[in-house]
Amino acid sequence: MQEKALSPTVSTEIITLTINGTSKQLEVEVWTSLLDLLREPLDLTGTKKGCDHGQCGACTILLDGKRINSCLTLAVMHDGSELTTIEGLAQDGELHPVQQAFIDHDAFQCGYCTPGQICSTIGLINEGKAKTLDDIRDLMSGNICRCGAYTNIVKVVQEALERNHKA
Amino acid sequence: MATNQIGKPQNRVDGRDKVTGQARYAAEFNVKDLAYGVVVSSAIAKGRIKEMDTSEALRVEGVLEVFTSENRPKLASYDTSFQDEDAPPGSPFRPLFNRDVLFNMQPIALVVAETYELARYAASLVKVEYETEEYATDFEKERPNAYVPEEYKSTTPPDPWGKPETALKEAEHKVAEEYSHPSQHHNPMEMHATTAVWEGDGRITVYDKIQGVLNSQEYIMGVFGLAKEDVRVLSPFVGGAFGSGLRPQYQLFMAVMATLELKRSVRVALTRPQMFSFGHRPKTVQQLSLGAAADGTLEAVVHHVFAETSRFEDYSEDVIIWPGVLYKCDNVKVSHKLVGLDVYTPLDMRAPGGTTGIYALECAIDELSYKVGMDPVEFRLKNYSVRDQNEDKPFSSKELRECYRQGAELFGWKDRKPQPRSMREGHNLIGWGVANGAWEATQKPSGAKAVLTKEGKLTVSSATADIGTGTYTIMSQIAAECMGLPIEAVEFKLGDSSLPQSPLEGGSWTASTVGSAVKLVCEKLGEKLLELAQESDDSPFKEAGIEEVEFTDGQMRLKENSSVAIPLTQLLRDNKKDNIQVEAESKPSDEQENYSPYSHSAVFVEVKVDEDLGTIKVTRVVTAVAGGRILNPKTARSQILGGVVWGIGMALEEESVMDHQYGRFINHDLAEYHVPVNADVHDVEVIFVDEEDSIVNPLGVKGLGEIGIVSVAPAIANAVYHATGKRVRDLPITLDKVM
Repeated sequence: MQEKALSPTVSTEIITLTINGTSKQLEVEVWTSLLDLLREPLDLTGTKKGCDHGQCGACTILLDGKRINSCLTLAVMHDGSELTTIEGLAQDGELHPVQQAFIDHDAFQCGYCTPGQICSTIGLINEGKAKTLDDIRDLMSGNICRCGAYTNIVKVVQEALERNHKA
Repeated sequence: MATNQIGKPQNRVDGRDKVTGQARYAAEFNVKDLAYGVVVSSAIAKGRIKEMDTSEALRVEGVLEVFTSENRPKLASYDTSFQDEDAPPGSPFRPLFNRDVLFNMQPIALVVAETYELARYAASLVKVEYETEEYATDFEKERPNAYVPEEYKSTTPPDPWGKPETALKEAEHKVAEEYSHPSQHHNPMEMHATTAVWEGDGRITVYDKIQGVLNSQEYIMGVFGLAKEDVRVLSPFVGGAFGSGLRPQYQLFMAVMATLELKRSVRVALTRPQMFSFGHRPKTVQQLSLGAAADGTLEAVVHHVFAETSRFEDYSEDVIIWPGVLYKCDNVKVSHKLVGLDVYTPLDMRAPGGTTGIYALECAIDELSYKVGMDPVEFRLKNYSVRDQNEDKPFSSKELRECYRQGAELFGWKDRKPQPRSMREGHNLIGWGVANGAWEATQKPSGAKAVLTKEGKLTVSSATADIGTGTYTIMSQIAAECMGLPIEAVEFKLGDSSLPQSPLEGGSWTASTVGSAVKLVCEKLGEKLLELAQESDDSPFKEAGIEEVEFTDGQMRLKENSSVAIPLTQLLRDNKKDNIQVEAESKPSDEQENYSPYSHSAVFVEVKVDEDLGTIKVTRVVTAVAGGRILNPKTARSQILGGVVWGIGMALEEESVMDHQYGRFINHDLAEYHVPVNADVHDVEVIFVDEEDSIVNPLGVKGLGEIGIVSVAPAIANAVYHATGKRVRDLPITLDKVM
């Protein structure tokens, strides 16, 4: 007879998250990262895993309007928060202007870093810190694009900042 | 062919999927009852697993199994069963085959559990005892044992021509230097992953990160003895690969093995550190001796290459072909030796061999231009070649002169002061450098299928891949143009092993190879449509030959009399057809044999080097490319931009650091392995010069995946010299080396 099963002492918590405008009550294990919660049980795979260590930015989402690396935080810590992922940006089938600009400027190739880049762009605009081209380059440097679409991404961000400025 | 689609800056047809998060990559197919596998990696570089205790992991509730070399299923044992389409000569690594450890971070167990977190936790409970053996990971220590492989994966070095030694001795100006670069890792943003779906009755569907689904399918059939109809491999989206997905990697083996054993769907995704456990650009040291006459004529090139390989496969890439391709020279000698180390086998990485060989040659040529006292561009033009001397064949086309001309003009090269350290701006030394490069424009055999429905929808397909290169888009454009349809009416399918065969996506040959197959299948479809029209006796097309009709605006019509026209939808309906299907196989023409097809580029770079801090910024890049016909200037430009970014990484940042104390790449994450970020990339201009080539393939395209990178690192190195007066011949050029 085998010894009693060795269970890790992982407790679960019930939290409420508003994801892309829909409020959800979720039972989450306390060791589950926000990224894994999105990608696995919630099947919101638009948010990407590129390193799981906060080094690449592929998992960037908007948490209460701020851009964060969802791999660096546990889901259980965000009870009551409002999240926007890439799946929540288009409204009634119409792309968010930043999404459209990524297509128009060909600001991606393989597309894997793209959801993070797009969320990061929107987060950066919300922050209101970027004023110059060099600011944009610096403040977008947390999102690696191995395909090397940076110059096109910068154009998207510039355009979005201008649009925001006019609005 | 009318040109309403080809040559148009069409947005990517898969763009919407990619910006909305709907594009699913290998680890993102969330099927029912999915189990999760986590790989345990070896902690030693060489030896044997003495004992592996998996009992604690197995006792964790929710753990389904721990697979090791002891309990794995029966596998094929012959090397040939494990050899894939891109395997170098040798004996491929066989995961979990026995207790031997051949390299550090070798996969030695797979823990499968109900959730990812459980599998990860249980993997930490696996205890391993090793018998360690002496290993060698120090390239320089092993270099004296370098050997000539029995068989090259790459081109066998050509025999010397002329009298290189004598010519070198007698040359007025000489350069004899050694150039090196470290091991580098591909690091696509998507980590390698496989989701294997259990379909019942021994059948599986596999979502794999791979640059060719047929390669994974063959591998699975060979290793696990499955019949072709029982394995379908899909790879609709690939989150970058750059060569890392040419060979089936071990996560595929692990996921398939676990699925077949557990009769349950299993996903295995590697971690970022594990992305450093298979395949890399090999560390390479190159000795180059060049000689030139007083007037700048290149008299001699002697090029000796020493490149890393594993102990079990002889990996080699085309490092030594470049003297024969880039310059006219009557006296050339090359050699290529391998340095065996206890590491995983190196793997093709963006422009394998070209990136390496052209870097060294283009730096040495630059050094020689200074010795001769000629402008680096002029010196290169002086020794311009119109024949590939390795093959002794003319180039099928070569508009490199135009690349130099347009590139130099846009860059403002004429304002360059020739002396190093002669241009500055405040505390920044300014350097301008140039390099040229080439890449083979290959066409391979490929199949394609076309289906036109009575609703007017055209679906064209081939088993090829789109790793971000734009395959979906350019193939849709070719098909739309050939059939005279709007691009919205065309769908291109790829990444599915049930589709017509095509080679791995690599080597810049996909546009040429699959594009030619798409063109051919559409031509056949056109012929079939004409035949269909001719079935009725009163058809106005009755007497027309295929060359007399054209397809445009959704119609087939007579070229001579456009009022004789029939919409394709009507043609199908009139003949009571729901659809028409055609398959075709395209092959390179015999005529290509008589020519050497290459794309070419000239790259101009400006760097600013802080005199006090040694920091190097690539402030401007102008790259002029002769890449044949450009199918889509928007996606083409992106390919070249990407190559430039890779060149910046290679020149200034990328280095996989081997810690010889463990025999392991120790900077195995994206914080320590530096790839270019947004702040590293400034102004980049891309020029495509006009180039017509009727030989290279029916489309006249040359492929652009590699030509963008090959000459960037040497142009940067040459610019750093021009700025600082210091030659750094060991990449990456970090600030400590220029201080």
